[in-house]
Amino acid sequence: MESTTFKSGLEYLGGSGVVLSPEQRAKLQTSLVILKQEQKFQKVYLWGRISGIKDDYFIAKGVGQDELSDTRALYSKDCMEWGVLPVATPEIKAKAALARGRFTGDPSHDFEHVEVKRIPGEGDEIHEEEETITIKEEERLAAVVAEIDSDVAIVPRGAFVRTPNGQVVENRSFEGLSVADSCKLTSYLHFRGSGELHRRRQLEFAGADKAIDFLDPIAEDIPLGSWGVVYERGSGLVCLRSHLWPGYYFYHVPGTRLYGSFYAGVGQKNLDLAFML
Amino acid sequence: MSDTQSRKSSQPQTPVPDGAQEPTTKEQNFLTDKTYLLSTTNSTGINLYEHLVTCLRKILEERPRDVVDIFEDISKECKRSRLAGDGDSLRGKLDRSTEIALAEIQKRLFNRPDGDDDEAMGEDDADPRLPNLLQLAFFFEQGGVGIDKDEIYRIWLSLKKLVDEKPIEKLRFWGKVLGTEQNYYVAEVEFREGEGEEEAEEEAEPERDDKDDEEGEEEETEDDTPKPNFKPAPPVPKEEPGTGANKYAYFVCNEPGKAWIRLPNATPAQIHVARRIKKFFTGRLDAPIVTYPPFPGTEANYLRAQIARISAGTHVSPKDFYTFGEEEEEEEDGVGHESCAENPEYEPPPVRALADPEAWAHHVLHILPQGRTRWWNPVQIDEDEELEDEEEEKEEQPQPQPEVGPPLLTSLSEDAPIDGMQPWTVRLSSGLVQRFAVTVVSSNLWPGAHAVASGKVCENIYIGWGHKFTSENYSPAPPPPVMAEFVSDPELKETDDPTPEEEAALKALLAQAEEGEEEGYGDEEGGEDDD
Repeated sequence: MESTTFKSGLEYLGGSGVVLSPEQRAKLQTSLVILKQEQKFQKVYLWGRISGIKDDYFIAKGVGQDELSDTRALYSKDCMEWGVLPVATPEIKAKAALARGRFTGDPSHDFEHVEVKRIPGEGDEIHEEEETITIKEEERLAAVVAEIDSDVAIVPRGAFVRTPNGQVVENRSFEGLSVADSCKLTSYLHFRGSGELHRRRQLEFAGADKAIDFLDPIAEDIPLGSWGVVYERGSGLVCLRSHLWPGYYFYHVPGTRLYGSFYAGVGQKNLDLAFML
Repeated sequence: MSDTQSRKSSQPQTPVPDGAQEPTTKEQNFLTDKTYLLSTTNSTGINLYEHLVTCLRKILEERPRDVVDIFEDISKECKRSRLAGDGDSLRGKLDRSTEIALAEIQKRLFNRPDGDDDEAMGEDDADPRLPNLLQLAFFFEQGGVGIDKDEIYRIWLSLKKLVDEKPIEKLRFWGKVLGTEQNYYVAEVEFREGEGEEEAEEEAEPERDDKDDEEGEEEETEDDTPKPNFKPAPPVPKEEPGTGANKYAYFVCNEPGKAWIRLPNATPAQIHVARRIKKFFTGRLDAPIVTYPPFPGTEANYLRAQIARISAGTHVSPKDFYTFGEEEEEEEDGVGHESCAENPEYEPPPVRALADPEAWAHHVLHILPQGRTRWWNPVQIDEDEELEDEEEEKEEQPQPQPEVGPPLLTSLSEDAPIDGMQPWTVRLSSGLVQRFAVTVVSSNLWPGAHAVASGKVCENIYIGWGHKFTSENYSPAPPPPVMAEFVSDPELKETDDPTPEEEAALKALLAQAEEGEEEGYGDEEGGEDDD
């Protein structure tokens, strides 16, 4: 949710257990303004809170010219001092996937993973070699944030447009989804660079708009049931919850421009999803 | 066309001026173009000239910022608004959206009680059964947990209704369980003594049904089909309402304002299976739970089992907040205390001292692996029932070791770590104004379970999916091992029937053997070998 309106956003998500204390809210209102100015962002989003054993991480996302590609993730433990997260390269992501357990709350904490390699020796002998891989918590945090962004970050259809020169910007004419549309998964799009546009059937449909439908709809997510659509106040507030990343909550008030998302969880992907539906 | 030109030339209001004055070439060109714009209509009857006029009028009326960026959208909007009806129908259409339906239901919550207002309000003041939820919500908010205040208020009103309707001694808001389709709000109640048991009878019904089914089957299969003499172990009896895991009754509803539905009491079998499965709640109480191992019951039972597990694991309070009642000081046969009561003389320790798991204690009994808080000896019952016939077998059975859990009011610091991690996180709500900070204890085993203490107030709440944290992935229990083959012995070995020749040979052999042992052997050897 955007830094300027996160307070109302928190009210909408309060029903899912996303509550920040008054102290945290007051701090964020001050520090995000400074952050935006210092880092020369066009916009700052309050992205979420990842709970650790000792301490929590607050994550913010700064946006430059392009909403999709020109972003940077930042983290803070006290909601005041923000540090830039390292860029999640594929190597960092691969390493972070090996880390077990919860985040500790100390960015310099090292997770250790012992990889046992089996190297065939002479004859039938197999040497076992143990290799210890260390993963810094800060890097793991960056990887998890990037994973969540690519897996579950969503926007309502039509909220963003791609301009003819390829930039992704907010659609000023977006007036919200209708109540009937707001319960359909096809009305929500993954907010990530799409690699499968050319394969999409939907573009063949006459109704598709190239400026709007440049993102993948979440209706095709596997397994079916990765998303829960819940009306919180009758149909006055629609809340989408990811089951793949429990803790990712998205809200939208049908018929208005109000929408946003927040992640409040432990930073672990739900790999048991297939058994739980 | 420049601005001035267009203004000048647009003065003639009709395409063909009546004036005898011959139009100039410029005007003539303009007229041709305008006629073109006016004449080109599509199937819906819009022409471009009119459309541009509508768009420009809309722009000039609304004066949006950076209008050139959204001109396409304005054009689209204008075309769309032409198609939309003006909404001026004779009878207003009834909006039957769920939002309105819910608002209608919730409106009832805000009605003042009937009768004399002052009197009714006076009664309400004296009613100690309803907790001060708004105060608790305030403390939860300080700690950064809980739910939205408006929602809490609605829940509060809805709880008030519940208190008025049922014979309730004590009530507490337990929390909110998220589901894939709807959510559950859970209220924890203690009934007045001797009341609230009518539901217990209702629960017994399904069991009775089962028995009927079994009897029916037996009648049907009244032939000589052999019946297995395997008897399943007797089910572990569930704890009586008001004790152990069933100490409290639980009511749930999907939205504040809707009816509260009582959950059935938990049985040990349900708790046992609930530990081995992981399933999302849907929000429908009658949804089937399709899992392996099979869960005995519907989602209502699963929810109840999870509530029992979460309560047992995460309900904590500062030390000395609860004490053992005096009459329970002497417990017979070494069994620990079963209940504790709020300590009226509780003196809150300083905030700093509370920020340590050592200073907190469990006030709900641990659930044993058996699925009960108090161990039940399965062998004992066998003795009573089968005293006569199975004396020997009984002796062979080893006396099972009673399962023992930690006693009530055990400190949090004695909880087992989760895969090397602390099971509890204790923190202060504020680092800046510590004197007035509230202490928040969050369970790492059950994410979403929190306890908050400030001064003489302490409360627990759970908001989450109702699942335990595991650092390893869930894998369903493997099916039981394949049963062993029946022990084969020579009696059961399958052999070919002897042919008539062989029989004849055997008879001859026997006859010879009778006659005299020495003579016959040599001749018959060939025949024997063939077998």
